Amino acid sequence: MATIVVPKHFSIQEDAETIRKACEGWGTDEKAIIAVLGHRNAVQRKQIRQAYEDLYQEDLIKRLEKELSGDFERAMYRWILDPADRDAVLANVELRKSSDEHPVLVEISCTRSPEELLCIRRAYHARYKRSLEEEVSDKTKGETRQLLVGLVTAFRYDGDEVNTKLAKSEAEELHEAIKDKKFNHEDVIKILTTRSKMQLQATFNCYREAQGSSIAKNLLTDAKEEYVATLRVAIRCLKDSKKYFEKVLRNSLKRLGTDEDAITRVIVTRAEKDLKDIKEVYQKRNSMPLEEAVDNCTSGDYKDMLLSLLGNEL
Amino acid sequence: MHPWERDARFLKKALKKGPPQYNVIVEIACTRSSDQLLGARKAYHSLFNRSIEEDLAFHIKGSERKLLVALVSAYRYEGSKVKEDTARSEAKALLNAINNGDKRKIVEDDEVVTILTARSKPHLKEVYEQYKKLSNKTITEDLEVELLLKEMMECLCTPQTYFTKIFDAALRDNANEGAKKALTRLVATQKGGEIKEVATKFEEQIEERVKGAYKDVLVGVLAKEG
Repeated sequence: MATIVVPKHFSIQEDAETIRKACEGWGTDEKAIIAVLGHRNAVQRKQIRQAYEDLYQEDLIKRLEKELSGDFERAMYRWILDPADRDAVLANVELRKSSDEHPVLVEISCTRSPEELLCIRRAYHARYKRSLEEEVSDKTKGETRQLLVGLVTAFRYDGDEVNTKLAKSEAEELHEAIKDKKFNHEDVIKILTTRSKMQLQATFNCYREAQGSSIAKNLLTDAKEEYVATLRVAIRCLKDSKKYFEKVLRNSLKRLGTDEDAITRVIVTRAEKDLKDIKEVYQKRNSMPLEEAVDNCTSGDYKDMLLSLLGNEL
Repeated sequence: MHPWERDARFLKKALKKGPPQYNVIVEIACTRSSDQLLGARKAYHSLFNRSIEEDLAFHIKGSERKLLVALVSAYRYEGSKVKEDTARSEAKALLNAINNGDKRKIVEDDEVVTILTARSKPHLKEVYEQYKKLSNKTITEDLEVELLLKEMMECLCTPQTYFTKIFDAALRDNANEGAKKALTRLVATQKGGEIKEVATKFEEQIEERVKGAYKDVLVGVLAKEG
C-alpha cells in the first residue's frame, strides 16, 4: 500500500501559486514546497506542472532545479517526474556508471509490473532517442548482457496461474545449472527472463523444498563475479520484492556512510506503491520504525521530504 | 479481428507448425511497428495465458531460439536519428562474423543477434548501406545460407524486396498453398500503402491468374490510397 497522504480538498491552481510564491524572492521556502508536492500523487503532480507552465510560462522542474540543491533537490527531481520517466532516468544513470554491475537496472526490470516496464521502455525512447535494450547492449557484455537484455525486454504474463509440474522441473533445471558452479547461463537466463512472476515464485519454492536452502543463498559463494551477482539480485527481486527493498534500506541507513541515492530511490519509487508493506517488513526486522532510522541518518529539507513521503505529517 | 489478435494467432500457429514456419515469426516481428508488436504480445497474453517469449524459449530447441526470442522482445526506437560511425563499425562487425565464423553458427553469434534485435530500423538500414560499401555484396546476399537471418534483414532493411518475393511466389503457375497463404497474410496485415507499390508491379499477373473474391481483395489493394 502507498504511504503518501493526499488531502481531500485542494486546488491545482492554488498549488502552482503556492510553489511560485515559495520560489520567488530571496531564498526558497522549502517547507511550503514539500507541503504541496510531498502530498500529491503522480497524476496531480503532472497537473500542477501543467498549471505552473500555463500560469508562468516556465517549466516547474527547471525552476526547482535552480532553487533547490543537494540531496533534497535530487529527491524532489525524481519525485516530480512521471513514474515511467523517472525509472527511465534511473536506468540511464545506472548504465552510465563505470561499474560492471547494474543492480538498479535489475531492480527496475524485476520489481515493476510488465505494463510498467513497457511504459519505461517507451519513456526511454522519448528521452534518450534510443531503446533501453540498445543502451544495455552497449554498456554490458557477455552473460551479464544476455541476462540484463532479457530482463529489460521481458513482457511477462501477469496472471496467477501456476503449473506445479513445470515449477518442479525448472527448479531441478536451475539446481543443475548452478551446482558445481558451472552456471549454464543460457538455461538460467531463459527461465528467469521469460516466466511469469507467480510461476517463478513457485519454482523458487520448489527449489527450496528440494534443496533445503534458498536459491539465492546457494549463489552467495561467488560474490565477486558480476554475472552471478546480477543473477542474485534478479532472483531476490523476483522472489520477494518487499524483502529486497527492506534490505536495500537497511544497508543504506547507516549513520556513517548513509547511501542517500539508494534511500531516495526506494522511498520515491515505492511511496505510491507498497512502501507501507516495506515499512512493516523493516519494523519487524529492525525493531524500529523506518521513520526513526530515516530521522537518525538524514537531516534538513531532505529528511523532511522523505518523512513526508513516508506518511508523516510535518 | 483486431490486428493484434490476428498477429498473436499467427505467431502461435507458426510456432506450432515448427521450423518451416519460423519465417512467419520473423515477418511479424520485423514488419510491424514497435507498438504493433507490443500489441501482439499483449493479445498473446490474453489469448493463451502465457507470454510469447516463454512459448518461443521453451518450444524452439534449435540454434535460432535466441534470435527469435530476442526478435519478439524488441521495442525498437522509432526515431530517424542514426549514428553513421556506429553503423559503419557494426557493418564491419557483421562482415567479420560472416566471413570468419562458420556460416551456420552466425545465428547464434551474440554480437550479431544483439545488433540486429536492439537497433532501430533506420539504423539497420544505414548498417545495410555501410555493409554494401565494405563488401561487394549486400548483407542479404552474404546471408544466403542462413535463411532466417536473410529474411530478417530483408524485412528490416528492404521490406519491398521481401514483399515482392511473396507476391512473386504466390502468383506463379505452380504456386503452392503455403505461398498463397503467405500472400493472404501479407494483404490482410500490411497497410495498403506499403504493399501498393509492389502490388502495382504484379497488376498484370493479378488480372490473369487470380479469380473471384480474392482478386477483388488484391485489386482493392491496388486501388487504395497510399
